[in-house]
Amino acid sequence: MKELVEYIAQSLVDHPDQVRVTEEISDDQIKFRLSVAPEDLGKVIGVGGQVIHSIRNVVQAGGLKENKRVQIEAVKGGSDLVSN
Amino acid sequence: MNKVVVQAKTVELAVASALEQLNTTRDKVQIRVLEQPKKGFFGLFGVREARVEVERMMDPVEEAVAFVQNVTRMLGFQVSIHIKERGSRKKPVVLELVGEDLGLLIGKKGSRIAALQFLAEIVANRQIPKLRDKRRLILDADGYRERRKEALVALAHRVAERVIQTQKEVSLDPMPAMDRKIIHQTLQKMKQITTHSVGKEPFRYVVVGYKSIQSLRGE
Repeated sequence: MKELVEYIAQSLVDHPDQVRVTEEISDDQIKFRLSVAPEDLGKVIGVGGQVIHSIRNVVQAGGLKENKRVQIEAVKGGSDLVSN
Repeated sequence: MNKVVVQAKTVELAVASALEQLNTTRDKVQIRVLEQPKKGFFGLFGVREARVEVERMMDPVEEAVAFVQNVTRMLGFQVSIHIKERGSRKKPVVLELVGEDLGLLIGKKGSRIAALQFLAEIVANRQIPKLRDKRRLILDADGYRERRKEALVALAHRVAERVIQTQKEVSLDPMPAMDRKIIHQTLQKMKQITTHSVGKEPFRYVVVGYKSIQSLRGE
């Protein structure tokens, strides 16, 4: 599923080479940390978070198969947390 | 390879060579002239070649199909995608996903297919700079849209009846924009009924309201 988050993000941004995804798996949830180039952050979050919510919703389909909740955080390349 | 920068004696020659490198034709690329050629002084000093950048334009339909295909495959669905409508400026592109057990992909009240549709539309239009040239996209899965439409029309009529009887407004559950539109359209001709949407996506919902005959006369 990490590849899926990566693929979706890369399809949306101007700098696909700077997309990095890490995952943290626990019993009932998977937390993805999606890092993109600073100027691409808006592209993966979207107006009112519409894009990041949509990514989460789509990826959740994979999570449901494993009975896990999916969380995605978008962050600026190598820096702080920005959105959920 | 989707973008090349080529230098040649004239713009024409540069473009021709770029098209050859990209193995494509002129109608499928975007051309930017980076530098006009200069003949120079007696062809000796200050001679400058033309430089052009030629970028392959992706077809929005192909882009959308590839994106949806990859995402569904990575999610573990076996889906084939049929292009039902290639779309134009006025008509949306319509893609139908065909496969088994697509319920999970459609999601509650179609929220997941709506999310996928939203993302695929962005991906399809990424290379299209002008807003008016952007294509709208509709994703369908196993005839879901048609089934949903029937259910929504029935729901709209049922709720409208109740509103007229009780003279009190009724708020529906949150639903995607396409679904809300069907409710609005179904009820727009009913004189005693008003409809409007409230809230922020993806929790926006329709409120079906009552308009009394008296207020109609007063208008």
